Amino acid sequence: MSTSVVVGSPVESYVAPFDELVGDASAPAWVQSMRRAAFDRFTALGFPTTKNEDWHFTSVAPIADSEFVLLAAKTGDIKRDELAAFSFATGQTAAWYTMVFVNGRFAPELSDCAKLPNGVKLWDLASAWTKAPDVVDRIGKITSYDLNAFTALNTAFMHDGAVVQIAKETEVDRPIHLLFITDANAAKGVMHPRNLIVLGRHAKATVIESYVSTSEAVYFTNAVTEVSVAEGATLRHYKMQREAARSFHVGTIEASQAKDSHYVSFSLATGAALSRTNVYTTLGGEGAGATLNGLYMLGDDQHCDHQTQIVHAQPNCFSRELYKGVLDGRSHGVFNGKVYVHPIAQKTDGKQTNNTLLLSDTAQIDTKPQLEIFADDVKCTHGATVGQIDRTALFYLESRGISRPLARRLLTYAFAADVLETLEVDEIRQSLETATLERFV
Amino acid sequence: MPLLEINGLRANVGDKEILKGLDLAVGAGEIHAVMGPNGSGKSTLAQVLAGNPAYEVTGGTVTYDGRDLLEMQPEERAQQGIFLAFQYPVEIPGVSNAYFLRAAYNEIRKAHGEDEVDPLEFADIMDEKLALVDMDPSMLNRSVNTGFSGGEKKRNEILQMAVLQPKLGILDETDSGLDIDALRIVADGVNTLKRPDNATIVVTHYQRLLNYIVPDFVHVLANGRILKSGGKDLALELEEKGYDWVTSGHVSMGAGA
Repeated sequence: MSTSVVVGSPVESYVAPFDELVGDASAPAWVQSMRRAAFDRFTALGFPTTKNEDWHFTSVAPIADSEFVLLAAKTGDIKRDELAAFSFATGQTAAWYTMVFVNGRFAPELSDCAKLPNGVKLWDLASAWTKAPDVVDRIGKITSYDLNAFTALNTAFMHDGAVVQIAKETEVDRPIHLLFITDANAAKGVMHPRNLIVLGRHAKATVIESYVSTSEAVYFTNAVTEVSVAEGATLRHYKMQREAARSFHVGTIEASQAKDSHYVSFSLATGAALSRTNVYTTLGGEGAGATLNGLYMLGDDQHCDHQTQIVHAQPNCFSRELYKGVLDGRSHGVFNGKVYVHPIAQKTDGKQTNNTLLLSDTAQIDTKPQLEIFADDVKCTHGATVGQIDRTALFYLESRGISRPLARRLLTYAFAADVLETLEVDEIRQSLETATLERFV
Repeated sequence: MPLLEINGLRANVGDKEILKGLDLAVGAGEIHAVMGPNGSGKSTLAQVLAGNPAYEVTGGTVTYDGRDLLEMQPEERAQQGIFLAFQYPVEIPGVSNAYFLRAAYNEIRKAHGEDEVDPLEFADIMDEKLALVDMDPSMLNRSVNTGFSGGEKKRNEILQMAVLQPKLGILDETDSGLDIDALRIVADGVNTLKRPDNATIVVTHYQRLLNYIVPDFVHVLANGRILKSGGKDLALELEEKGYDWVTSGHVSMGAGA
């Protein structure tokens, strides 16, 4: 059965690859039917336009108007030594548990996940359908594709990605790195990584989700990661979007949090010509907390959009959010931070901040805090600032003999310092501090 | 030839002319005090010498060490030995004092074709300088001036001066807001740094600091010009008689001591 869509519409190019994919019945029946339903939803929704409130400041026309080839088969020619640039390894620490995906497909020969401690399980999605059915049955239940065309598209095409399960009361000794890397073979291709991270009660883990490239190719990453954090568990989840400069990236992370859990998210975005990152979490049990931080550093004509959503569904939960942007050239940053406080979510303690540093006169930021509060005993604040390099500080540094380029870099670094300080993985924090110091001249 | 020679200097802030033809010559090994009432142009003079782009020079010449100072960028002036101790030191959250000081030290070394020093070498240099201004080493790990008390900020300025060893140090109201102990520490720092080949300009409203940093020359700045110059006794006379004594025309222009 094939799907009918309007000839010439932007979704048309996805029809034939979809029919081919669902013809391959390696996934269980429930997955097949979810894919079909999702694809129908995608064709009904179409790509969002700027009339859609959630996409008001971001036109996805460059994605909708392109005909990407589905990267279904394994491709790529990545050597192990090419991974070092993206591994955050310093040589002094034990290698992280790493799953490498090349052009959207799991590459076991490049991965380091054969020996895992008790309580830590990693699968690639294609294997997990059969090897871990009781884990992957969460897929599609944490996030909904109903109103999100990109999530619907991802769900229709999901066939690879990482499945991470941390058993109850397990504290993982090192970070788990999910490294999505593309090379020149990804040119004009699209991939739909689908990830699932499940933490049992009182488990504690750090998962790094990286999107990088060794090439300058134009490609489209459309990722979805679902996260389940059980009672008392803590997940640090750092997303590092450092895609190739001309690529497109849309990624949604959605977490579901139980009582007393803590979800700590960090979203770095420095890559891609056009990117959109959604980070959503629902505080679904009393005493839960969410920390959503992020840093985007853009130049040239880059466009980078972040949408966050924190749903306070239960009383006595806290959320902390700090997003910072450094915008140079003609870049355009967008931040939309939503906070919903349900009527029963009394004693909610929420704080949201978005600060932007504009390094050029032609860079642009649209920032939109969105608080909807239906409980009456809550403490919720939000604030946004937009500024330029402080001339007094610049002169102070110059008056000490520091050249203007270095002074600007130091002040840019200083601007980003407090959000970088929240990174609790030393290798990542130091790597990003160095990158921040070196990026802007 | 003096180390610094200012002739007919005019400068604006916005549309307002603040310096209106100022003359001053400072020789190596000398300490000059520039005194004057609020709004006389003291801080403008200090900022213009350091090259603050917020001040527009509209006339006159400034020769420093044989070069046209006004042609030099602020960082180049610093690299060539000019140091301004700010009246209001700037807070820079996120940059540690240690990183800042070492960056400045290395930039100046680089400008002179010298090798940069690494953090360990620099720590040794700092030990001695910290003692000079009675600062705790923990100050180095704090962000530049951030959350510092008024006295700590001023001591941090003198610490920077001690590290960068300028040829011409300019202290802009360094005494303001200091208690007597901090004042003594700051003054001791300046006196210790005095050498036959460097010079200091002390800009101040009050005579108090000059009890500790004894000037060779005292100048009275009012309405954008030096109205009177003299020896250290002039400061005491000003303290006794007030600035009106000079500015209301009781003394003739340019009458030296």
